[in-house]
This record gives sequence, structure tokens and C-alpha cells, in this order.
Amino acid sequence: MDFDDTLEEASFRAQARTWLTENAPDHEGDHTDDFLDVAKAWQKAKYDAGWACLSWPKEWGGRDATPVEAKIFADEEARYKLPVGPFLIGQGMAAPTMMAYASEEQKARYLPKLASGEEVWCQLFSEPAGGSDLAALRTRSVRDGDDWVVNGQKIWTSGAHYSDLGILVTRSDPSLPKHMGLTYFFLDMRSAGVEVKPIKQISGQSNFNEVYFTDVRIPDNQRLGAVGDGWRVALTTLMNERAAIGGGGGTMNFQTAFDLAGEVDLDGQPAITDRGVRGQLADWYCKEKGLEFTGARSQSALSRGETPGPENSIGKLVAAKQAQDIASFCIELLGMTGVSMDHEELSAYAEAYLGAPGSRIAGGSDEIMLNIIAERVLGLPQDIRVDKGVPFNEVPTGAK
Amino acid sequence: MNFEFSAEQNLLREQAVGFLSDRAPLSVARRVLDGDETHASDVWQEIVNLGWTATAVPESHGGFGFGHLELCVLAEELGRSLAPVPFSSSVYLATEAVAGADSLVRDDWLPRLAVGEVIGCVALYEVTGAPKPDRMKGCTVTDGRLSGRKRWITDGDIADMAVVAARDAVTGDLGLYAVDLGSDGVGRFTVETIDPTRNHADLSFDNVPASPLMTSTGEAGGLRRLLDRAAVLFAFEQLGGAEASLNMARDYALGRYAFGRPIAGYQAIKHKLARMYVAIQLARSNCYYGAWALATDAPELPLAAATARVSASQAYRECTEENIQIHGGMGFTWEFDCHLFYRRAKLLSVNLGGEYDWKHQLISCIEADQAA
Repeated sequence: MDFDDTLEEASFRAQARTWLTENAPDHEGDHTDDFLDVAKAWQKAKYDAGWACLSWPKEWGGRDATPVEAKIFADEEARYKLPVGPFLIGQGMAAPTMMAYASEEQKARYLPKLASGEEVWCQLFSEPAGGSDLAALRTRSVRDGDDWVVNGQKIWTSGAHYSDLGILVTRSDPSLPKHMGLTYFFLDMRSAGVEVKPIKQISGQSNFNEVYFTDVRIPDNQRLGAVGDGWRVALTTLMNERAAIGGGGGTMNFQTAFDLAGEVDLDGQPAITDRGVRGQLADWYCKEKGLEFTGARSQSALSRGETPGPENSIGKLVAAKQAQDIASFCIELLGMTGVSMDHEELSAYAEAYLGAPGSRIAGGSDEIMLNIIAERVLGLPQDIRVDKGVPFNEVPTGAK
Repeated sequence: MNFEFSAEQNLLREQAVGFLSDRAPLSVARRVLDGDETHASDVWQEIVNLGWTATAVPESHGGFGFGHLELCVLAEELGRSLAPVPFSSSVYLATEAVAGADSLVRDDWLPRLAVGEVIGCVALYEVTGAPKPDRMKGCTVTDGRLSGRKRWITDGDIADMAVVAARDAVTGDLGLYAVDLGSDGVGRFTVETIDPTRNHADLSFDNVPASPLMTSTGEAGGLRRLLDRAAVLFAFEQLGGAEASLNMARDYALGRYAFGRPIAGYQAIKHKLARMYVAIQLARSNCYYGAWALATDAPELPLAAATARVSASQAYRECTEENIQIHGGMGFTWEFDCHLFYRRAKLLSVNLGGEYDWKHQLISCIEADQAA
């Protein structure tokens, strides 16, 4: 048992590290004004040098690398705070779906531009009435000659405002039961009738959008999978979602809490001397290390050429809540200073606190993640679904 | 990256699972719970015959010379089975302590512990609170003879030898001493604990011959190191017990119907079981960290041991509490087996000092690392 690379892995890591040292620009994450330009330039640089989308086939801009090599490069790249967020959905979710369902011409047309970062994609799945119950979506598609005409609304679409293309699930037949009447497309986000409106979150940021469709025409050859088979296609996308969306712990980690507890006084002593504070910090350390070493176990499986087990499904569930707890703890230590938003350095805790609820919901709420573990890992029965087998247009609704 | 047990180690696990499910099912723990035995001596003899007690002992001292990873594998499976045998006292504690000795004690006791000719235990506690040097004042050694009283010693009635933490009467230094419990002047007083499947006794010593494990003193005579190493092995027992409790709860929930369907289909139960799974995965990954540190004698051992210990104690507590909760009324009957794990979880959570002390150590390790 060790943390060491095999000889091949070590050689690959050295190669990756050398290239990154020579080529990676200095940057500070996804939150600068110019992040999209920086992200695109960085993606293009990787693509030109053969370091983009490593596990993809070479013909589509990849490197035919093994999963463990892809992981090694991602780990090394993560040491630089480079903006890669704009491509997570396109490369991580749209691309695997295109590979499985698009025509050869379409793959040749779209995949290399996904790899090079020239085109950014978004995912048009969630709706006001279809969040955790995703298949309850209502955006309507109607066949009209060689086209489909789409009307409805999507929500929680990350990056829609700067995306060139999108993957879209629609309801083509409301008279069929929920999962059976869906049809899947990809479309040009500049199509006539597509309107993107940013959502202002409680953090004040706008990472998500509402997207409205008014008589949007999509050519039938941009349909992925058969008519009415959209749920199956969507599952291909969703299976890749957990791999594409990270834990989201960000800066609110153990070290942040530990450092602050060493600086702030409680009753004339640094907070860290307090047994209650120490116990709390130890809990977070154990969870953070537990997740880190769980990742090491998964990577070991990749190293052995095996498929990682289901243990990684715990990551987002644990990390998102912990980030919220740590932000809350830091504010409590700081008191009114912690809730002041006019001091750039100290307001980081308050900003993180306001951002944390979103992480516990995006990409599968805590409750959905628990259901996934319960059903797919522990093999427990699904929830009761009173809409099962009922024509969709007869299912009771209460959402606005 | 190779952060998993090897194929050979997993083969050992399969053999252990096979043996324990055949020879030490829960009915054996229950036999000890309800009867007058101090332990399942039949199962213990078979374990000795299998050579498990010799696993990590060097070949020079009659052992197999495997590493500690093999011992971790056995610990997890013993924890899962609740086998009522003195393995942890004799192997994780006494054998580990003696193996770390730099005196003749090592040559004297290690071969006999390795082949199971003698059973060992460790005597640390004197008063309430974690077994720390400042709470060890009542046992002293004068001219090679030990006097005083130690409390709550797991397997104290069973063991043939004890490693005792005591102070040199002249210097006041704390050290570990090997004591033959067959000597004149040793008194044994059985103590009832929350977990009757494991024997406990107080031991009194009146001028009993005692041999120091270390020829030099310092760092409380290796006490801290002994606790750290044992904590990793106990963490694997806790992990095995936690997973057994989750499996028991899951099986029950799938078979128990209420309101016309298995209770495993209700989110209140599903989410409970999912959270138990999460706690176990975190503990398992941290246990592997501890195993790595133990096997490689890494400088991180005190931190890794604390991390594994805290995680495993938490997982075991959560899983045993919720196992009873999911079983409902039957869960707190004597007849159902849930309480066997519930008892063991609390015993193992405090036997080397409780959760709060280990959390304190964990943060102290990080403070020391980051100050350096």
C-alpha cells in the first residue's frame, strides 16, 4: 500500500509537469472578469500541444490516454488556479453523449472544437417543474417537416450566456408516461427564439440562467437518439455528470478554519485552544482526509485497470455541506466582522456562506445524492412514484 | 497510486471471512454473553493454530514476518465477527509493545506471544480519563519489583503476561514493564463492563518481578507510540463492526414491511442507511491512511492514527445506534444481536482513550507540523 506512481505513471506525470511549468499562465480561478478569454486561450494551448481531453480518441482532438493518465494531468493542472469551468459541461457531459449518439460527420464537426475550447456548450435539462424529478420536464417539441419546433423554459443553465451550443431534452409526446415521451437534441444557442436571462443568486453572482424557447426551430438531424428515447440519451449525459462536477469545497476547507481559529481570540485565548473548537476542527479534518483518501482508492482502481467502486458518490454530499459549515464557523468566530461585506479579505467567509446553499443543490441535491447511494449502492427500493405509467398530461402538478 | 490492499492480502481476508463465519458466528459471542466463559477458548485455540498471532512478528522471533497490513485485514474481519477472543489485547497491544522493546524482554516474551503459548494484555488505566502519563501515579517499580493497582484491563483474567505502565520509584520516570501474571503477589478482580463478550479485570501487584521494556527512558517509555500503533489496528476492528451493523440494518429494512412495503423503501430509512455508508467510507479511507503509516512507520503515524481512530469511532457509533433505530422495538431486545455491536462500539471507542482525547491529539499533531 503506497501513494506512489508506477514507473509509467511517474514518467507521464513528469512529462505533464514539465509542460505545465513551461506553459501554464498565472491565474486566479474562475472569478475574474476575463476568465472566459483566459479559459479559451488556455484550452487552445493544451489542444495544440496534445494535452486537451486526454482520454478522447486522437481523431477528435484527444490523446488516447488511459483514465489514470487523464487523472494525473488533471491533478497536476489543478495545482495552477486556471479557469477550466466553462468546458466542464461540454467536454464532460455533452461530448460523451455526442460520441454515443451523433453521426460521424457531426462528431468530426463538433468534438475537435469542444476539445480546443473554440466552442462552449451548456446543458438544457432542468426546468421550473423538473429539478430533482428531471423527467417531469415540459418544454415541448413538435415535429414540423424537417425541423422540430420547441417552446418552453429551462432553468439553472450554467454558462448559457456565453455558450455556443446546448444539449436539450424536450417532451415530444405528453400523452405517454413521463419517461417515454422525451426527445433529445443539440442546438445552436444563437438560434432565433432562444432568450437567455441570468438568475441573480443570493450571493449576488449570476452563474446560472433561465433559457426561454419561443418557436425555436431545430433540424431533425440534430436529434440524438430516437424520437421518444430522450430519457435514455439523457442518462448517458447524467452518468457523466458526477465525474464532471467536482466536490465544490473550494476555499472553505479545513486549513481555512484551522488558520482562522489560530488568529481569532475567544475569551482572551486563541479560539484553537478551546476544546470544543478543536473537536470541531478534528471532525472536518477527518472528513476532508476521508474524501481525499477515498479519491486515492478510486485512483488505485484506475491504476490497476479496474473500474472505481461506488465510494466516490459520497464526495459532493460531504464536501458541499462541510464548506457551508466551515463558512458558518468562520463567521461565528469573527462575529459582526464576519458578516460585514465591505472588507474584501474578510467578506470571503460571508460570500462563501451565501454561495454554499447552491453547492448543496446543484448537480443533485443532498437528498438526491442520498437516494442515489441508497438505491444504486445499497440496492434499496426506489421511492413510491405515483406518476408511474400515468400519461404525462394526466399527472397532477403543483409547481409554478 | 496503490492505495488498496494487495491481491494476496485480499486472499488472506477471504480465508479469514471463511474461518470466522464458520467458527465464530455471532452465536459464539452470544454464548460468552449469556454464559460463564471469559472468552471462546476453542475459537482462540484455532486462531493460534492458524498462526494469526504470529502474523507481524519477525521470523527471528518465531513469527511469519508479514507486515502490519495483514494484521489490519485480520482486525477488520475480527471486528466484523465480534469473535470473543483476546486477540486485540495479546496482538495489537502486548505483542506490539514487546516487539518494540530493546531489552531481553523481547527475546523472552515475543516468541511465546507469537505462537500463542501465552496470552498478553496491557495495563494502563488507574483513574477516570484517557490513559495519559499524568494519570499514572499509583504503580511504582523498586529494584525490579512492581507494586500498585491497575484498572479495567481487557482480558485481565485471561492473560498470562501483562505490559504495565509504571513509574520508577527513584526517578519517577514512566515506563512499560513486562510482568508474568503467574507470579506471587498478582491479584485479579473481575470487572463487569458494558460489553460482557470481552473480559475485563483489575490487577493488583504486590512486589511482583517486572522487567523494563526499554533500557533507556524518555517519551513516557514508548506509551504514546504503543497507543498510536494499536489505535490503527483497533480502527480496523471498528470499521469491520460498523460495516456489519450497516449490513444487518440493511437486511432487516429490506425484509421488514410496514404500511404495505419494505421499510427500506422509505426515505427516512434510506437516507439513514446512506449516511451510515458515507461514515463507513470516510472511516475506511482514513483507516487505510493509518495502515499505510503503521506499515511504513511513517512520521505521520500519530496524525494518521488519530484520524483513523476518530473516523472509525464515529462510524461505529453511528452505525450501531442507527442499526437499533432501524430495527425498531426488536432492536433493543436482548434476543436480537444489534446490542452486541452497540456494546462493542462504545467499549472500543474508549479503550485507548475517548474520542475527545484523540481529537485533541489530532489537532495538536497538525499544530506541531505547521509550526515546524
